Amino acid sequence: MNTSALENYILKTADDLLVLGHRHSEWTAFGPVIEEDIAFCSMAQDKVGQAQALYNVLHTTFGYDHPDTLAFLREEGKYTCAQLVELPNGGYDTSLMRHFLFDHAERVRLASLVSCPFEPLANLAKKFKGEVEYHVLHANTWIDQLGNGTEVSKARMQTALDELAPYALGLFEAIEGEQELVEQGVVVSEQDLQAQWQAAIDPILEKAGLAAPDWSSITPVVGGRKGYHSEYLAPLVKEMSEVLVIDTEVEW
Amino acid sequence: MVTEQEIWTALDSVMDPEIPKLSVVDLGMVSSISIDESGAAEVEVTPTFAGCPAIDFIKRSIRDAVVELGVESVTVNVNFDRQWNSNMISEKGRALIKDWGLAPPPVHDGYISLDVLQNVACPHCDSRNTTMQTPFGPTLCRSIHYCNNCSQAFEQFKPVTSG
Repeated sequence: MNTSALENYILKTADDLLVLGHRHSEWTAFGPVIEEDIAFCSMAQDKVGQAQALYNVLHTTFGYDHPDTLAFLREEGKYTCAQLVELPNGGYDTSLMRHFLFDHAERVRLASLVSCPFEPLANLAKKFKGEVEYHVLHANTWIDQLGNGTEVSKARMQTALDELAPYALGLFEAIEGEQELVEQGVVVSEQDLQAQWQAAIDPILEKAGLAAPDWSSITPVVGGRKGYHSEYLAPLVKEMSEVLVIDTEVEW
Repeated sequence: MVTEQEIWTALDSVMDPEIPKLSVVDLGMVSSISIDESGAAEVEVTPTFAGCPAIDFIKRSIRDAVVELGVESVTVNVNFDRQWNSNMISEKGRALIKDWGLAPPPVHDGYISLDVLQNVACPHCDSRNTTMQTPFGPTLCRSIHYCNNCSQAFEQFKPVTSG
């Protein structure tokens, strides 16, 4: 098995969850209605918890730093999250659409990892799957309601979709060594995951009256998996790590 | 020497801090208990949610309960080797959840849909004339519902799948 590629695979999966979890948490006390405030806080808690469990596998199995150190004390260029998750929340339309695009991708990724021969990762995938079901249900409900809502809500969801589509495709940027992992049956290729993802979301978008993009004509925003990020990641990492940087030995 | 059964019994008094009537055993969080020849005990625990904020507290409480039995060496391992899902809650646990004022999770067949979450029986009046307000609640394991029959909002310990 190409161990370093597997480590990078786990790291990028964790980094996506950590950063999007942090973005979700920014809705705390700012949600448009209290139920949505709670929904985004809960999903944030799930995602950060999942990231922690993945970092813990890197720590215990591969000798990486402690999960807190990994999460908060890396240089920006060492994060391998896709740029989609770094973008500011924008309006609720943008946040919902990102949540929809991301969680469907996460769902197909987790389903593919359930049979991963590296057991610690398969075990986590089996666990996270049940949690992400609720995230997907939540996203689907809102995409349907707002897509089929008023002209204004529909237009706003369409704009959010069109803006985020190139970033969403960046979730499927292959990491170095992926080919080898795929050939060894460790992971499913990003190309296959993307196809499964499109097959899952296109009918939901259509039912919501939204025009699914012509995915093949969109240039994906890539680079995140190699440590190239948008201008938004550095300030986000600074904010996440603010307390820990003041006192790295702090007891919570 | 303390037996495994004695430890199981002791852990039946270690409560989930979010529903303090429900023990970690009834919740289905304790995967296994073993004692080696030297009398050292090892307890395997699996979290209900990856992001459960109470897990360190629960881990300490389990350790304390076993130490109290006179076991000198106690190891509590928290891991996902066995993945918790809501079907692991015991019958007794379901009754305790209802007693606490929450709707217990329906036994699921590994698949959760919006239909499963609608028309949950109200823990106050047992009516199924209820509506789910949101699949997320005050803690990760709860959803919020409204009973059209007795006009009360209530929470459900929500069904969660694994595997």
